Amino acid sequence: MSGTRETAGRSVQRPDFMAKLTGAAQYTVDIGMPGMAHAKILRSDRAHARIVSIDRTAALDAPGVVGVITAADLGGLFPRFGHIVPDHSILAEEKVRYYGEPVAIVVAQSAWAAADALELVRVTYADLPDVLDVAAALAPHAPLVHEHTYGGTADESFRVLTGAEQERASSNLAHEVVLEWGDPDAALAGAATVHTTSVTFPMLYAYAMEPYNAVASYTGDLHVISTAQHPFMVRDDLARVFGLPLSKVRVTSPFVGGGYGSKSYTKVEPLAAIASWAVGRPVKLVLDVEESIYTTRVDSAEVTMTTGVDSSGRILARVADMVMDSGAYADNSPLVLAKAVNRCFGPYRVPNLRVRGRSVYTNTSPASSYRGFGAPQGNLAGETNLDQIAERIGMDPKEIRLRNVVGPGEELLPGKRGLDADLAADLEMLVDSLRGARSEDPHTGIGFGMSVSDAGAFPVSTAQVRVHVDGSVTALSGSTEMGQGSRSVLGQIVAEELGVEHSRVTVLQSDTGTTPYERTTGASRTTVLVGLAIQRACADARAKLREMAAELLGTPIEAITDVAGGVRTDEGKELGFADIVRGWFGSNAGEVTGVGLVRRDGVTQKMPPFWEVGVSGVEVRVDVETGVVDVEQLVTVADVGFAINPAAVEAQDLGAATQGLGAALFEELVYDGAQLANANVVDYRVPRMSDVPRRIDLMLAERGDGIGPYGAKGSGEGALNPIGAATLAAVARAVGRWPDRLPLTPERVWRLSCEVAPSQPAHTAPDYDGSTADAISDGTQT
Amino acid sequence: MTSTDTAADGVASFPAAGERACTIQTTVNGVRVERALDPRMTLVEFLREDLELTGTKVSCGLQVCGVCTVLVDDQPVSSCTYLAADVDGRAVRTVEGLAREGALNGLQRSFAEEFALQCGFCTPGFLMMATALLERDPDPTEETIREYLDGNFCRCTGYQPIVAAVRRAAARKAGEAGGEPS
Repeated sequence: MSGTRETAGRSVQRPDFMAKLTGAAQYTVDIGMPGMAHAKILRSDRAHARIVSIDRTAALDAPGVVGVITAADLGGLFPRFGHIVPDHSILAEEKVRYYGEPVAIVVAQSAWAAADALELVRVTYADLPDVLDVAAALAPHAPLVHEHTYGGTADESFRVLTGAEQERASSNLAHEVVLEWGDPDAALAGAATVHTTSVTFPMLYAYAMEPYNAVASYTGDLHVISTAQHPFMVRDDLARVFGLPLSKVRVTSPFVGGGYGSKSYTKVEPLAAIASWAVGRPVKLVLDVEESIYTTRVDSAEVTMTTGVDSSGRILARVADMVMDSGAYADNSPLVLAKAVNRCFGPYRVPNLRVRGRSVYTNTSPASSYRGFGAPQGNLAGETNLDQIAERIGMDPKEIRLRNVVGPGEELLPGKRGLDADLAADLEMLVDSLRGARSEDPHTGIGFGMSVSDAGAFPVSTAQVRVHVDGSVTALSGSTEMGQGSRSVLGQIVAEELGVEHSRVTVLQSDTGTTPYERTTGASRTTVLVGLAIQRACADARAKLREMAAELLGTPIEAITDVAGGVRTDEGKELGFADIVRGWFGSNAGEVTGVGLVRRDGVTQKMPPFWEVGVSGVEVRVDVETGVVDVEQLVTVADVGFAINPAAVEAQDLGAATQGLGAALFEELVYDGAQLANANVVDYRVPRMSDVPRRIDLMLAERGDGIGPYGAKGSGEGALNPIGAATLAAVARAVGRWPDRLPLTPERVWRLSCEVAPSQPAHTAPDYDGSTADAISDGTQT
Repeated sequence: MTSTDTAADGVASFPAAGERACTIQTTVNGVRVERALDPRMTLVEFLREDLELTGTKVSCGLQVCGVCTVLVDDQPVSSCTYLAADVDGRAVRTVEGLAREGALNGLQRSFAEEFALQCGFCTPGFLMMATALLERDPDPTEETIREYLDGNFCRCTGYQPIVAAVRRAAARKAGEAGGEPS
């Protein structure tokens, strides 16, 4: 397309606002099926135990009960799922591995009847010794969560993450990743300053407000409507469970009530599906928040990062070790670990590197994807460590970053795409805004950080556009709308490419039965990869429409060119899409379908498809009497290449940063023995309206340097990734002492500020005052 | 409907699960409704399952997240923990009652214009709580908005667009009252 853009680049309103503001929007939880029964899940009340027996007699006799299903009933099915390692039992087989694990399904006429009958199922357990944290799990001769390993799935892109075939397990190490180049030990030995930082990233719950739920109907074919972010991945898991061709498994995701990674991959869909298979009726299963917390949480991490710099602050080497508590099943943790490993050392030139990451099975709830994919865990260590070094050598934290940051086009990882961003320019924008607006209050501090992520995931996307007989257009994508606004953006691309009004474009998504394949909706990929597929589908439709126009007009195809909403001939005759479709079919009927395909080829050959940038900073105020941290200021830079919908980009950044502030200040799942002490959102505190920073600056940096439509890159995770380290540094600078873990709850901050010697004056320096004399104590070994 | 005498052993009996043992008369979005229902049914179950008004959602189930907020006699309540039987003789308003003849009201329009929603799951609760606020205080300060809506959670937006939407709705209402174009 030439000339100025009509639709792309404008903050058009969301096409779904009418439905979402009137209550008409349909989420999975709103959907029923004829003859539907309701399921409730009986869950393990212990962390690790052998199932001796399950007596369901009384439950089966209870009013309204249709069936009670246990693992023993799954003969003929493949009873597990898992897209990387199929280790996840749908219902516990032989033993339970965590408190909250599904043991049986009770299906009844109503959800109440099912809930009442749950108590009548009698399970006899024989307790096994458990491992409730990574220290216990990695101890010599620790009890094993899994007695054997599992062969990988057929998915080639995950092969690298999986081991050989099934064999006897020797430890609770679920997965290990080592990334290494150069000679880090020698480089550290020759460094002017070497500094080590150890930090703990908390166990989190993404808290998507619509809890996991699904409704399934098995009639030989299987149809599941669910809250899945990746319906095609879920389809593959379900097809394996039932031994069905992919064409016989349909997974539909209507509007999803929040995802943030927590609805990636398979969750409750197999439970609903086997229940329907077992009782011969459609079955609906709706979890509550407590059950959802026990279904999927975020990997917690202990990370130690050592960096050596020369006398000018240039990084010579970084060495990191991280251990993640991945819970009882692998789910997506191998990939989260791999990403944490390559994201922890930052967007910096590191000539010598060694990172060792371990994902560990424990008898706790399974961990999986979360917004940022390992970046929040890794970045906390890498950026905090860099801030502490800057302080030790008396260098401005901005300066040390500028001195080491990878430049545009430069390779960050060997063989990967060069950096498609200008991080130095982004950082200048960020720090100008942050320092320009900072307050004079002595109990405030500024912190900021950067991250880049190999985003976009594996580039397989397909899309279709259907040009109707009235010239309006329906675009089809397998990607999921979970709030991010992809329907706006994809519709804008269609409008732009075909030159039709945005209001005459409809985007339909996320149904494996009717929409074209989309690998996932994650890793901030939709705008770039689905956007490219949509562009190609539009080009394909246009090519067909030009041919039809040439045939209709009896002119050579070379004489036909594209114009907005149609074509024109060399002689200046114009035909709109409606004229072409109607004329060609010879009736007021028919349509033209364009198909767009994206694979690892051309602009998407090099991995990753794009680097997702995170450049964020905060100013905090600490109440030294109470330890309460208020965020005074939040600044983000969205380095997105081109913002197809600027308001949507800003919305993603503010939402992501706010979620990051949740982990930084409030959120942490706490295990008390076998079970969580706070498996609810009363005790698990998420950010509220009163926590919102008073000053917010969401900046856009548009340099057209992405491979996506119009130079776009993805967003949605980036702004979150540096928030943890930025907040930690800001609090450190406000109280004069470095914390070593998140979240920075009032108690922790109060204790931290009390550790400062009373004679020491309140730390009045801004984020940097040029001296090392009152350097913040971090209490770490150097 | 009246058969609560199911216990044969003479012990004071409770109706069986699902038994519609009590009758209520209420008004929902201006429409009179008379129903027999199970006394343990919550208001949100009544709205979603009996009346098929599925705009009202449930999340925390513990009266803290605000997602299920509806108005009962103009008071915001958490419908996930409010018994349906208790709306007998009262008027209920839900998100479905906000638009008039298919046109969004000023508050809803303001949410659209300020991009104050993403996944939309919390939106009905915010709309109802903000409705209650604006009916009490037509020109709330930002501080008042933050305080009043602090019990409504949103995980997508970062809240600031919602604050802006409520302020815009208040300004729009003031503009309309003053005869200025909204």
